Amino acid sequence: MSVGSAGFGDLRPDFPLLAASPGLVYLDSAATSQKPRSVLDAICAYYETANANPHRGAYKLSGAATDAYHGARATIARFLGAADPDTLIFTRGTTESMNLLATAWGRSHVHRGDRIVVTRLEHHANFVPWQQLARAVGAEFRICELDEAGQLDIDQLRALVTANTKVVAFGHVSNALGTINDVRTIVKIAHAVGAVAFCDGAQGAPHLRVGFDALDVDAYAFSGHKMLGPMGIGGVIVRRKLLEAMPPYQYGGDMIEFVFDGDSTYNTLPHKFEAGTPNVEGAVGLAAAVKYLDAVGMDVVRTHEMELSRYALARLREIEGLVVQGPATAEQRSGVVSFTLGDIHPHDLSTMLDVDGVCVRAGHHCAQPLMRALKVTSTVRASFYVYNTTADIDALAASLRKAKDRFGAHVG
Amino acid sequence: MPTSADGGAGLAALYQERILEHYRRPRHKGALERATGVHTVKNPLCGDDITVSVRVVDGVVAEARYTGTGCSIMQATASMLMELVHGRTRADIDAFAGRFDAMLATGASDDTLGELGALAGVAGFPARHKYERLPWKAMSGAMEQSGGD
Repeated sequence: MSVGSAGFGDLRPDFPLLAASPGLVYLDSAATSQKPRSVLDAICAYYETANANPHRGAYKLSGAATDAYHGARATIARFLGAADPDTLIFTRGTTESMNLLATAWGRSHVHRGDRIVVTRLEHHANFVPWQQLARAVGAEFRICELDEAGQLDIDQLRALVTANTKVVAFGHVSNALGTINDVRTIVKIAHAVGAVAFCDGAQGAPHLRVGFDALDVDAYAFSGHKMLGPMGIGGVIVRRKLLEAMPPYQYGGDMIEFVFDGDSTYNTLPHKFEAGTPNVEGAVGLAAAVKYLDAVGMDVVRTHEMELSRYALARLREIEGLVVQGPATAEQRSGVVSFTLGDIHPHDLSTMLDVDGVCVRAGHHCAQPLMRALKVTSTVRASFYVYNTTADIDALAASLRKAKDRFGAHVG
Repeated sequence: MPTSADGGAGLAALYQERILEHYRRPRHKGALERATGVHTVKNPLCGDDITVSVRVVDGVVAEARYTGTGCSIMQATASMLMELVHGRTRADIDAFAGRFDAMLATGASDDTLGELGALAGVAGFPARHKYERLPWKAMSGAMEQSGGD
């Protein structure tokens, strides 16, 4: 084991894709994580033993599918620290979750002259829905900037969150830089003026212990595929009183109570926000994923990733001309290191790394407003998860040095 | 996943010295005065962009220049393309574009494309094809604006 941290062994053998490709150095978990065998097995087992349409049939098999679906909801809610599982709404992922909030809550609660506040760190999924809501209803759309240390400028946030502010939408962890935001402080600032605080947890839930109830945040969105689960499943936990005051997001089967010729009434939570046949295999797979994370322990996950980040920051900063974006220390960031190397274009770098089996993301990371503020068009991003080791970072550093030699990068 | 051996050879083909040389010292880069056609193409995926300006006189390219930011492949393609089109008609350039696409599809170098033949190595890296095509698209737009056949 080359982990050198936290006391758990190399978890690679648990992940079939990684186990089958010994030379593969997967450093793009912020885009999507690999899946452990237990998740793949849970999805298969669902189809082999319990597949039917939940909530529909009176027969036992439909009951088994219903149980699998809601059992998964309870498991995931518990993992995220929410005592009321019926306030966890399944969606396709964080993007759909933020659209649900901006549409169902936003259209009924934000009006002309109101203010919406987001941050410079946001992924497009937590930026564009609010920008477009503001345009549609005539609200103000304000962006909280970063301070000189690359952290959210909390003083500016206090000034921006005025009495007419209805919502503060912010990320738990920046996907582009790894910056960890202080959720409790941001929530307090929002609540002080009676605004709601909605958190994009796409990069938080996979890496940090969330504790939804204790955070006091009004909504927390997440994506299953970034936390060892399958693609196409995710969700949002929302305070019950908000869900009850919101109109449905989509209309159709399952979400109704009575449908009359002229109008309809709606089902109870969580069904009111889950129109149509749900993604049961996704929910079951995600439940298996959070069980895996629970078995490792989220505190151990955090310690491991912090050690990997610390190691990566040290190794990469030894390379002349390499500039790391974002917070200075591993404590201030999740397992994400975003950088540029001299004047080598990030796409050239990622192609050269790929040839050595090193998978990294190159681009704007769906955060164009942030890239503009950083005055870069794109960066290379390496991101870590439970299965990564310091050997992966050594491979990254070695490959970067080779790339630099090949390009004779102008550094300065 | 490529092994390091064949991947290394592929990489050598991709980043040939001739390509890196054009990237480090691009030809015909900058603004063009009295342009008859100017066209910009952007790649929203990476924030790269390229603007090609041409001055067409009597149906042939008297001068072509480009500006923009992008990876080595895009910059080298642009630099080589500006050389290639000099003295050529719009129909000539369209024919070059067709042969260039064929080269990307087969990976077989095409000597009739001049220095651009060196870019055949990109065939093995499909993810990079869109960057190579950006200068061609910008060129096509600039020629269209200049009118003529």
